[in-house]
Amino acid sequence: MSRAALLVLADGRFPAGGHAHSGGAEAAVKAGRITGTESLEEFCRGRLYTAGLVSASLAAAAALGLDPVALDTAADARTPSPALRVAGRKLGRQMMRAARATWPSAELDALAREFPKGAHQPVVLGLAARSAGLGAEDAAYCSVYESVSGPATAVVRLLSLDPFDATGVLARLAPELDLVVGRAVEGARRALDDGVDALPAASAPLLEIGAEVHAAWAVRLFAS
Amino acid sequence: MTAGVRAGARIVAVPDGRGGTALPVLDGAGPLAPRRTRATGDEARVMLVGAMSGPLGGDHFAVEAEVADGARLHLGSAAATIALPGQAKGEARYDVRLRVAAGGELRWLPEQLISVKGSELTVSTRIELGDGARLVFREEQVLGRAAEEPGRLTSRLTVRSAGRVLLDQELACGPGAPGGWDGPAVLAGHRAVGQLVVVRPEFEKEPMAPRLLGDRASLVPLSGPAVLVTALAADALLLRRVLDEALLTIG
Repeated sequence: MSRAALLVLADGRFPAGGHAHSGGAEAAVKAGRITGTESLEEFCRGRLYTAGLVSASLAAAAALGLDPVALDTAADARTPSPALRVAGRKLGRQMMRAARATWPSAELDALAREFPKGAHQPVVLGLAARSAGLGAEDAAYCSVYESVSGPATAVVRLLSLDPFDATGVLARLAPELDLVVGRAVEGARRALDDGVDALPAASAPLLEIGAEVHAAWAVRLFAS
Repeated sequence: MTAGVRAGARIVAVPDGRGGTALPVLDGAGPLAPRRTRATGDEARVMLVGAMSGPLGGDHFAVEAEVADGARLHLGSAAATIALPGQAKGEARYDVRLRVAAGGELRWLPEQLISVKGSELTVSTRIELGDGARLVFREEQVLGRAAEEPGRLTSRLTVRSAGRVLLDQELACGPGAPGGWDGPAVLAGHRAVGQLVVVRPEFEKEPMAPRLLGDRASLVPLSGPAVLVTALAADALLLRRVLDEALLTIG
């Protein structure tokens, strides 16, 4: 494997469409729940241990070679909000296009055929990592980083927050990102033995409700 | 140090052959006592009566219900379940296992679970539905008594229908829970959180459209013949009001 492949996949400029999504931050800003650096950090932390952990474990499981169709069903069951399911599949489709062009593989082709409208993004991300010769831990790192860097970047635009402050939030969360990657990979390995039900299912009620509130707006800056 | 209490209750509902529902099994031990109350129509009604307080630290409670094809069971509880700290070391566990066969109907509407300061409880609810089974399931968690800090509560709810997982959600909150649980992405200071799951075969062809119930609750169709209501509120009373309204909306 090439360690540089991890940088290519994790790069915010990797053309997979992530920049159009705020990870729930836009709804939280509008509701007055994110007002500055401190509340952004708590938002990111909450997202990290819930949606972030679940996504990372799905990505790690896909990288380990678990059945992506079963993983996609597991993602649906862990994403009650239809707005988030739609966003996850759109992102999955864009990730698929980028991954097939970058690291073509028969497994990616098969998944693209199975889900023409897109599989859930973490599943595609995990399979893209696998096609790039990366491991479960690498896939989990990409996923957890995305789960906090998305909202942090979005809040810079939404609140005109100082980008140095937003990056400081990410840096302070780094040890917890390591921790969540460990749990995500552990969950993925358990799923290898016990099936996909063993994957984490941590949920965040306000992310789910906020996504539906956001989807009902007529005008929004971010897609989710 | 004392060992925790192990307690179980088991309910089996079958058609009685005369258009109603019989309960051939209605067992309970210690703190969990299921009592049959008057039936309404073809539905059997059971009230879960807590004969002791708890669960306390170290306790392990388990409730099981099975509804056969053609049977209808309604379960309520006489009072809220109160998770308390105990003398026994370690956390308490509360396992709920519900099975509804194709053609059966379960309405599981117990009172709230209150997580008291210093308590540690893990709840695991697994619901298995046959193809075409009907379900109304409510769970409400109240974090702390009035103006009290909550205990540690972890609750996982898994619903499977015809072998396929419809919903798998775990909420962890209270001191010692993973970071951010009370922050802007998760609970943001709300002290009552509830879910209502309604599964009906009709939703397969005609799924309900998502809708907001105020700005702290949503009703959404799941990926399957089911809807989920997720609601946050300042207290148990306001939460119940939202969930009752949601049930009326669903019809």
